[in-house]
Amino acid sequence: MQITDETIEYVGILAKLELTDAEKEQAKQDMSKMLDYVGKLNELDTDNVPAMSHAFPVSNVFREDEVTNADDRENLLSNAPESKNGCYKVPKTFD
Amino acid sequence: MSLMAMTACELGEKIKSKEISVREAVTASLDAIEERDKDLNCFVTVTAGKALSDADEVQKKIDAGELTGPLAGVPVAIKDNMCTKGVLTTCSSKILSNFVPTYTSFAVEQLEAAGAVMVGKTNMDEFAMGSTTETSYYGITKNPWDTTRVPGGSSGGSAAAVAAEEVPYALGSDTGGSIRQPAGFCGVTGIKPTYGRVSRYGLIAYGSSLDQIGPIAKDVRDTAAVLDIISRYDSKDSTSYANAAEDFSSALTGDVAGLRIGIPTDYLAEGVDPDVRNAILAAAEEFKAKGATVSEFALGMVEYAIPAYYIIASAEASSNLERFDGVKYGYRTAEYRDLHNMYKKTRSEGFGAEVKRRIMLGSFVLSSGYYDAYYVKALKTKALIKKAFDDAFEKYDVILGPVAPTTALKQGESLSDPIKMYLGDIYTVSVNLAGLPGISIPCGSDSAGLPIGLQLLGQTFHEKDILRAAYAYQKDHKYARPAFLSKDGKEGA
Amino acid sequence: MSKTYETVIGLEVHVELNTKTKIFCGCSTAFGGDVNTHTCPVCTGMPGSLPVLNKAVVEKAMAVGIATNCKITQNCKFDRKNYFYPDNPQNYQISQLYYPICRDGYVEIEVDGRKKQVRIHEIHMEEDAGKLVHDPVTDSSLVDFNRSGVPLIEIVSEPDMRSAEEVIAYLDKLRLIIQYLGASDCKLNEGSMRADVNLSVREVGASEFGTRTEMKNLNSFKAIARAIENEKERQIDLIESGEQVVQETRRWDDTKEYSYAMRSKEDAQDYRYFPDPDLVPIIIGDDWLADVKKRQPELRDEKRIRYKEEYDIPEYDIDIITNSKRMADIFEAAIAEGAAPKKVSNWLMVETMRLMKETDTEADDLAFDAKHLAKLIDMVDKKEINGTVAKEVFEEIFKNNAEPAAYVEAHGLKTVNDTGALTETIEKIVAANPKSVEDYKSGKEKAIGFLVGQTMKEMKGKADPGEVNRILKEILSK
Repeated sequence: MQITDETIEYVGILAKLELTDAEKEQAKQDMSKMLDYVGKLNELDTDNVPAMSHAFPVSNVFREDEVTNADDRENLLSNAPESKNGCYKVPKTFD
Repeated sequence: MSLMAMTACELGEKIKSKEISVREAVTASLDAIEERDKDLNCFVTVTAGKALSDADEVQKKIDAGELTGPLAGVPVAIKDNMCTKGVLTTCSSKILSNFVPTYTSFAVEQLEAAGAVMVGKTNMDEFAMGSTTETSYYGITKNPWDTTRVPGGSSGGSAAAVAAEEVPYALGSDTGGSIRQPAGFCGVTGIKPTYGRVSRYGLIAYGSSLDQIGPIAKDVRDTAAVLDIISRYDSKDSTSYANAAEDFSSALTGDVAGLRIGIPTDYLAEGVDPDVRNAILAAAEEFKAKGATVSEFALGMVEYAIPAYYIIASAEASSNLERFDGVKYGYRTAEYRDLHNMYKKTRSEGFGAEVKRRIMLGSFVLSSGYYDAYYVKALKTKALIKKAFDDAFEKYDVILGPVAPTTALKQGESLSDPIKMYLGDIYTVSVNLAGLPGISIPCGSDSAGLPIGLQLLGQTFHEKDILRAAYAYQKDHKYARPAFLSKDGKEGA
Repeated sequence: MSKTYETVIGLEVHVELNTKTKIFCGCSTAFGGDVNTHTCPVCTGMPGSLPVLNKAVVEKAMAVGIATNCKITQNCKFDRKNYFYPDNPQNYQISQLYYPICRDGYVEIEVDGRKKQVRIHEIHMEEDAGKLVHDPVTDSSLVDFNRSGVPLIEIVSEPDMRSAEEVIAYLDKLRLIIQYLGASDCKLNEGSMRADVNLSVREVGASEFGTRTEMKNLNSFKAIARAIENEKERQIDLIESGEQVVQETRRWDDTKEYSYAMRSKEDAQDYRYFPDPDLVPIIIGDDWLADVKKRQPELRDEKRIRYKEEYDIPEYDIDIITNSKRMADIFEAAIAEGAAPKKVSNWLMVETMRLMKETDTEADDLAFDAKHLAKLIDMVDKKEINGTVAKEVFEEIFKNNAEPAAYVEAHGLKTVNDTGALTETIEKIVAANPKSVEDYKSGKEKAIGFLVGQTMKEMKGKADPGEVNRILKEILSK
C-alpha cells in the first residue's frame, strides 16, 4: 500500500509526533512495507469469525463504590515537569 | 563456589541456614554488577545503597522467623518497565528519564514481601518494543556469551544479568516473546505465564492485552519458586485471574510419563537454523525416552501470527503511550510555542525511532477508514489463532518447539530491516495472542557455541504442565555458563 | 425571507452520576476538595496504573436506561477514545462506542398540550475530564484532576426535536427521571447535567437533513434557548446567502450571545476508538437486569397517577409537587408522619412557593425536614398555634430547619386557650375602644375586625382568632 505525504502528516497529527523530512520519508517506506506485509491477513476468510478483543475468559470485574484513596497530591505532583498551586502547569489552553 | 553462580533457591537455602548473610549475598551481586556491567550494560539503574539497607532489614526479619520463604534475602533485578516506588523507572526511554514512581508494581511488591532484595533495574528495548535490547536510550546490552551479539529482547538486560551471574534471578515482561527469546539467547530459563496469572498493575503497558510479567532465572526450579510468590489475584488489575495462586513447585516431579507432547511441523519448517532444528528434535527424543508421547502435527495459522501481533500490539501501544506528553511526569521539551507544539516536540524528542515507528503504525491502523480492515481483521485472526491452539490442546498437553529460528544475532543485524527483526518472533508471538503460558529452557548450543532455546507451551492456566516437562528435561542437563565466567577463575561447583 | 425553515435538533446529554467514588478508582467524587486532592495514579494517568470499574456506575446507567425504555445491552464493553488534551490525563477517555450499555429508548414530552416521543439512540458510560483554569500571572493553564474519572452517562437522542421548547421539555423530562432514580442531581448550572445541541435546518417539507453543527457550553435552559435561536438564524443566513453550513463543533458564549467554532487544525477529530484491553466485558444477565428493574423507584408519571387516586388533590398541585423529586419526597414524608395530604399540599403550594421565590431557592434545594412540616400542621390542627404564628414558624422551618414545637416553646408563641384570661383582655380592649364598639352596635359589622386585631396584638398573636371573635361577639351582644 502506497503511503502518501498527506497520510504521514495526518498520522503525525493523531500521534502528536513531529517528524523531520528524513524521518517522514523513512516512515512512509516503513509503513508501506509493513502494511503490505500485514496485508497477508487478507488471505484469511474471517467473515464468520468474531473479533476477539480479550482472549481472557473473564467478565464482570467490579469495584464496590467505596472511597479507598486518600490525598496523595504532593507525591503525584512531584513528577510534574511544571506545577503551580497544587496543579499541573501547561501552556495556555483554550477550552 | 561463587555466590552468584548459585541458583536463587540454592542461595536462599544458604541464607536460611545462616551459612551466609543477606548482606553477603547482596554485596556479591553488587560486586558482580560493578565488575561486569561496564561491558554488558544490563542495568539502567543500580540501587546499591537501598539494596544494602534493605538487606539488613530482611536479615532481621529472617532472624526473627518472619521470613521463611525460599527466596528470602536473595537479590533480584527488575526490568525497568515495572514501577518501583522511589526508584527511577525509565522503560529505557528518554521520555521517562526522570520518572520516579510513587508506587511499586504488584509483582515487585509480592517479591519484596517474600524477602527479595532488589539490586537494580534492568535495561530493555525502549518500552519493550524490540527483540534485541538495542533500542534502549541507555545504550545496548551485550550478550554475555559473545559481546558482539545481542542478548535478545526486550528483557535483554534481565536475561543477560542472570546469564552473567550479576544477579541470581530477575523479572522480565513478555508481550511477544520478550522473556522467552532473551532467555533463549542467553542460555537461561524464562517463563511467560498465562495472561492474567501475574498482575499487570505497575507494569508500564506496551500491548495491554498481551503483556505479562514473568521470571528469568538459571533453572526451572527458580522460575517455579518465583511464580509461587508473584502469582496472586490482584483487585487492582481487572484482568487478574481469581485463582492465580498455585503451588507451582509441586509440579517439579521429574516425571513426564504419559505426557502428550506435540511438535508443530510448522515450527520446524523453512527459516529455522539447522542447528536449532536438530537441538529441538534431539530434545523431543529425550522426552520420548522419559516416557512422554511425542508426535508431530500441523498447528496452522503460524504465518499469520506476526502480522496480527504487530497490528494489535502497535495499536494498543499507540494508545498506551499517549499519556507521555510532558504534562504529568517525565521529559518535557525545553522550548515550545504552544500546547500542541509542546506535545509534538516532547514526544518526538522523547521517543526513539522504533517506538515512533510503532506509534505511527498503531495510530494508522486505528484511524478512520482503516479500523476494520486492519484492527478488526487482526482481532479476528487472533480468534483463529486461539482456536488453532485450543484444537491442538485437545490432543496434546504440551507443545514443543524452538524459541526462535536462530541463536543470538550480531548487533545491528536486524535494526536495518524491521520486518526481518519481527520475523524472529514467529514462534513466540502467537502465545501472547492466545494468552497461553510458555517456558524457554536451554537445550544445547549451536556450532558457534551459542545457546539454543527450547520452548514448551501449555494450555491456559496450565503452567504446571510446562514446568513439569521443562524440569524433567533440565534435571538431566548441566547448566552451561558463558565462557568468560569459566575462564576468569570464578568457576562454579 | 421567502422560504420557511424547520429546525432539526438532537441532543447529547452528559449526566454526572452521584456515586461516592470515581468510575475506575477509589477516589472520592465529593465537590469542594482542594485541587488535585482527590486523585491517585489511575485518575492522573500514571504509567502502570489500571482501571477497575465501579459497579454502582453500571447499575445507575442501567436504571436510567430502563426508565427511558431502552434495551439494555447484555454484553457491553468499554472503548478508548483517543485525543490529546491536558485535562485528559491518559490522552484517551474510557468511553463506550461499539457496545453502549443502553440502546433504542424513548421518552414522552409534552409541549403546549401536544404529546410527542423523543427517541433515545443510546446511553453510554464514560469518565469525566479534569478542569483547566487559566493562570493570568504566568499566562498558562493549570490542571486539576479532581473531576477526572467522575462517572458520566451520555444520553444521545435521535434528531427528533424541532424547537427550543421541545428541547427544554426533553431535558426536563430526563432531569426528573434521573433525579427520581437517585442517580444524579442533574443541575445544569453546576455541570452535573450538560447538554450539547446538534442542530441543522432544512426547508419545511424537505426529506433530507441539513448539515448539522454541535453546540457546547450551554449551562442553563435560557442559554439553550438563546443558543438554539442564534444557531438557527446563523444557519438560515448562510443558506440564504448561498453559503454552506460547515459540520463543526461550536462553543456558545452566553454573555455575548454568540458562538464560535472550537477546533483547530491540530485536532483531526479521529478518535481511533478501540476496545479497552484493560477492562473486561460486562455481561448483564437476566437475573441482574430483573434485580435492577425490581429496585426501580416510582417515577414521576407513576406518582402523578397515584397522587390523583390516593390524595385527591388538584392536578396543578400534583404537577408542581412532582416537578421536583425533593418536593415530592417532602410531600410523601409529611403524609407518612400523619399529616393530611391536602394540608401538606397547601403548605407546599402557598408558603413554600412564596419563600422559594423570596429566597431564590430551587425546589431541589429545599433543605427542611418533612417531619417538621407535619408537626406544624399537627400543631395548627390542635389549635396550639394560630395561622399567623404558623406562617412565622414555617418560615423558620424553611430557612433554618427549625423544630416547630421547640421553636414555639422557646419564643412563647403558643396560643392562650385560657378563656378567663382571654375574656379579661377583650373586656379591656372593648373598654378602651368605645368608638368601635359603637360602630359595631350601629350595624358596622366590619368594626369587629379592628377589635379582634387589637386583641391579637395585645395577646402578641398567641390567641385563636376564632375564639377571640366568639368571645367578642358574646361581650358586645350583652
